[in-house]
Amino acid sequence: MSASGGLIEGNAHILGDHIDTDAIIPATRLVSHDPVELGGHLLEGYDPDFASRIKEGDIIVAGENFGSGSSREHAPLAIKGAGVACVIATSFARIFFRNAVNVGLPILESPEVAEVTEEGDRLRIDLAAGKVENLTTRASFSVEPYPEFMRRIIDAGGLIDYLKKGQGSE
Amino acid sequence: MSATRKILARHADKLRLQPGAFIEATVDLVLSNDVTAPIAIKEFERYGSENIFDPDKVVIVLDHFTPNRDIASAEQCAMVRSFARRCGIKHFYDCGEVGIEHVLLPEEGLIEPGSVVIGGDSHTCTYGALGAFATGVGSTDVAAAMATGKIWLRTPEAILVKVTGKFRPWASGKDLILYLIGKIGVDGATYRSLEFTGDGLKGLSVEGRLTVANMVVEAGAKNGLFPVDDLTVRYLASVGIGASESSIEPDEYGYSGEVDIDLGDIEPQVALPSLPSNAVSVGEAPDVRLDQVVIGSCTNGRIEDLRVAARVLKGKKAAAGVRLIIIPGSPRVYRGAMEEGLFDIFLDAGAVISPPTCGPCLGGHMGVLAAGEKAISTTNRNFAGRMGHMESEVYLSNPAVAAASAVNGSITEPGEVV
Repeated sequence: MSASGGLIEGNAHILGDHIDTDAIIPATRLVSHDPVELGGHLLEGYDPDFASRIKEGDIIVAGENFGSGSSREHAPLAIKGAGVACVIATSFARIFFRNAVNVGLPILESPEVAEVTEEGDRLRIDLAAGKVENLTTRASFSVEPYPEFMRRIIDAGGLIDYLKKGQGSE
Repeated sequence: MSATRKILARHADKLRLQPGAFIEATVDLVLSNDVTAPIAIKEFERYGSENIFDPDKVVIVLDHFTPNRDIASAEQCAMVRSFARRCGIKHFYDCGEVGIEHVLLPEEGLIEPGSVVIGGDSHTCTYGALGAFATGVGSTDVAAAMATGKIWLRTPEAILVKVTGKFRPWASGKDLILYLIGKIGVDGATYRSLEFTGDGLKGLSVEGRLTVANMVVEAGAKNGLFPVDDLTVRYLASVGIGASESSIEPDEYGYSGEVDIDLGDIEPQVALPSLPSNAVSVGEAPDVRLDQVVIGSCTNGRIEDLRVAARVLKGKKAAAGVRLIIIPGSPRVYRGAMEEGLFDIFLDAGAVISPPTCGPCLGGHMGVLAAGEKAISTTNRNFAGRMGHMESEVYLSNPAVAAASAVNGSITEPGEVV
């Protein structure tokens, strides 16, 4: 199963606008690069109990400008390490967007999903088809698929694996 | 084409570039630090490359949690140090050679106009002040660039910022950028370039431009870019780089938006917690009691910044209960401030003078805030918890306002104390 082609199903955790990388993983935690260890502190700069509520496969649904601020790759690594399978947001800050693609964390930009999803809603995401279903409310949404170039990086599992497969020279 | 796209086209071997196009660009400089290098090194090693594409084009600065904050950061620095030695990285900065990276690199003559610089630090955009395309990226991008000398980029659209008029007393580059972010918002330039032009730039020093370009990421921008004018050429000559002038001109095909700013409209600004876009004129800032004042950082840790702080602090003392922390941004700034007698003024004012480090800006060390504490700081981010406890507050300002606020213990216009 490729990262951009698989089905994801999990419960939604709702966050607001402008969730910055200091909130996602405070600088004082940047002395580890183990995703699971970082994941244990996920969003502790926003809500110290957040990480303990995440179950494997859950989905973060956020507002505008998710991941603003620093370039720390520890932010998408912490999200992955905590077990979050996908982040859906109204919009993403650009370095966070790059980093998520480069570490193989699926992310989707969808103002529609972000607007109507509520805490605890069960979502099913078909990344290849660009489809998000809210199993709780029975609503369904189509989302813009990744550009081809990014899809290949995510499918490879991240930039380094993409380059290792020799696709970087295409 | 925007000036940014012209630089990128040359580095992607193309004549024209449309916004949105994905390109592979060659890089002239790859930067990382003690926080971002460890993951980059791990990924570089996972890629399996024997050698760095060009060890002279890689820069590593141990500036974030140094001098080593704790055992974990000491281990990270030790790992990076050994990698730098093994790979023969010439531009490796440790201990007494360390400056805050974005203060240090221009001074070291490492930034050339027209070049492509990527860095594992969001404030890498600082170098746009010298006419370079410079942007912050993550550690994996740094790893890939160290291995291949290339980076993937999405060609950005550009916003033209036309600057006219002259600064009011005590206003400077920091106020221009806070005012601009206040106007367009923290995502007002997401994925785009902010390119500066106009007569007003004549009154903006190169150091002031470095401050402006430093914070374009706080509006979400991919990069900021300034023309190379006589001021830039003179600055570059002083650090050993020969350059010729180049301008940024309005071009109907180049820009997706335009913002006009008259410097005469800008009072010294204060960005209230907890977004850099919460900018108000200093006179409108709330009357809060301050626990700490920080003057330094990659935004405002240059010699001009310390000079203006000293002008305000001369013969005065920080108010009782205010911890005044001054952080010269590089060894050159440190020595210059010492030789000019600024340290005497700061010490007489009751300040502590730190070695160059990012330290408190990101709540690392050298001035972390407790719950309920409030600071005014010349740094670049005032997010909740940025400088310490989640319930602490950071107000952003220029060095003159920060210094005046230290004297009164509350947010103060410099004219009130000088």
